[in-house]
Amino acid sequence: MAQGSTNSFLRWLRQPGVLAAIPASVFLLIGFAGPLVMVVAYSFMPSKTFTLMQAPTLENFTSVFTDSYYISFSWSFFLALVTVGLLLAITYPIAYGMAKLFGKWANLVTLLVALPLLISENIRLFGWVLFLLKNGIMDGSLQTLFGVSASGPLYTVPAIVLGLVYVYLPFMLFPLVIGLSMIPDTLKEAASDLGATRLQIFREVELPLSMPGIMIGCILTFILTLGSLAESKILGGQAVVMIADDIESAFTFAQNWPKGSVLSVLLIALSGLIVFLLFRRIDLDKIIGKR
Amino acid sequence: MNLVKSKRNRVSHILIVLWTVCVLIFLYIPMVSVVLASFSKQRYFRFPVPAWDTRWYEKAFVSLSVRDLIWTSLSVATLVTIISVVLAFFGALAFARYDWKGRKLYQRLILLPIFFPQAVLGLALLLWFSAVGVTTSWHTAVFAHLIWILPIVILIMSIQVYSFDPALEEAAFDLGATRLQVLREVTLPILSPGIVSGAIFAFLLSWGNFPLSLFTTGADQTVPEWLYAKMVSGYTPMVPTLGSLTMGSAAVLLFFAYVIYLLVQRRRGAGAGTG
Repeated sequence: MAQGSTNSFLRWLRQPGVLAAIPASVFLLIGFAGPLVMVVAYSFMPSKTFTLMQAPTLENFTSVFTDSYYISFSWSFFLALVTVGLLLAITYPIAYGMAKLFGKWANLVTLLVALPLLISENIRLFGWVLFLLKNGIMDGSLQTLFGVSASGPLYTVPAIVLGLVYVYLPFMLFPLVIGLSMIPDTLKEAASDLGATRLQIFREVELPLSMPGIMIGCILTFILTLGSLAESKILGGQAVVMIADDIESAFTFAQNWPKGSVLSVLLIALSGLIVFLLFRRIDLDKIIGKR
Repeated sequence: MNLVKSKRNRVSHILIVLWTVCVLIFLYIPMVSVVLASFSKQRYFRFPVPAWDTRWYEKAFVSLSVRDLIWTSLSVATLVTIISVVLAFFGALAFARYDWKGRKLYQRLILLPIFFPQAVLGLALLLWFSAVGVTTSWHTAVFAHLIWILPIVILIMSIQVYSFDPALEEAAFDLGATRLQVLREVTLPILSPGIVSGAIFAFLLSWGNFPLSLFTTGADQTVPEWLYAKMVSGYTPMVPTLGSLTMGSAAVLLFFAYVIYLLVQRRRGAGAGTG
């Protein structure tokens, strides 16, 4: 019996697919799963310890709820929701154009949207600082052209939202394009011939059929925003502390690894749950491979 | 009735095009701002720029510390590219080419790091390195970048692999080719566009990465780290200058990749025409 199961395991292992999967899997097991386990283990250690040799405790988990960390969690959550909503409204018409109207120009739009991704996020956010700065590009132009001053948007919550919308726009746009291009044009024509209004076509045909793309885009941008750090630091100044900021200072300034670990575990658990729910409902082969 | 409809359609088409152009302009505002600031003579940026100057570029070119920064970033990005392309080649075959029990699970697990907050991943890796007893330097940053970049490269190559016809490999085997010959003569050439775009993404994502480098480079410093440090405290006009230089080098790399792509396409087209 045991012999048989070992044999079938060896047979499974000898498939080319399994062999090809091994290098990357082993690498990520060491480099991704390992650190994750580490963080979870540290979250059970007493406050301000640097080893895993202490008796495990739950004090960090209880203290997170009594400390003021719910503020940064709420801010991250709120900003993520606002960002996702804005991105959906901004990118839907563009995605529609790219999937249905632009023809071969859609490739150019794709390229132009993707190129900034290859430039460091730091530099791009710094560009916004220069733009929004007092006597910066926006302020200076308004002063010379109209004689009005517009200093002030930098280091406020709207500036952070601007940065988040700016950085994560491609991550909403591209899934939407894939989702929308999966709708056959004939369906819409049929609905239109049967007398459906524009709004009806949108609500009854387009929206349900492009749902997988919309869901991937929303969840991807939501999670990325939830864990973002640079936007609130560079564009927000001290206006808002987001959760990733709290995690970083717990690890660095406060030198309290267990506290930082607990916050990380909560953030990871929340994002992980959302991704898990998403992955259960979509088929990657269909979306990436168009199979 | 139909006339009214098509007129309304045309108006909405124009609106969509206008909106797209506006958003594209929005995407390039910060880059233009950085380049403008890099040519400004003043120590502190103001607009409209009172006087233009290129002296910050001259300073950047002769500065030894800038040379160090670029060398570190370049070493990290080069190693990340080589390792990720090799690992991702097999990873993508497992992702999209072969059918095996456990593939669906593999597809989901391998993509998880992309969804992971990078700053948290960097800190977790810092704990991991200290537990294993590795001193952080730019070598550990290579490892850290790979955790995030490898899944992305696998994803990019998989898109190419999905459109690959396995019958071509089987035909080569039937004609008596060895496994190595099939890999070299059939699989690699067909998948080469995916491999090249994967390599370009790997290089540029590593070149520009900040959150992972911040916690894993130890005493070494990459260009994005230096830029961040100077943005937060001790601003110098070298920040927009070095920023413009990194953007420029990324643009040059992409341009050359595109030219090479066009040349290969043309040669292939000619080959197919005569053969």
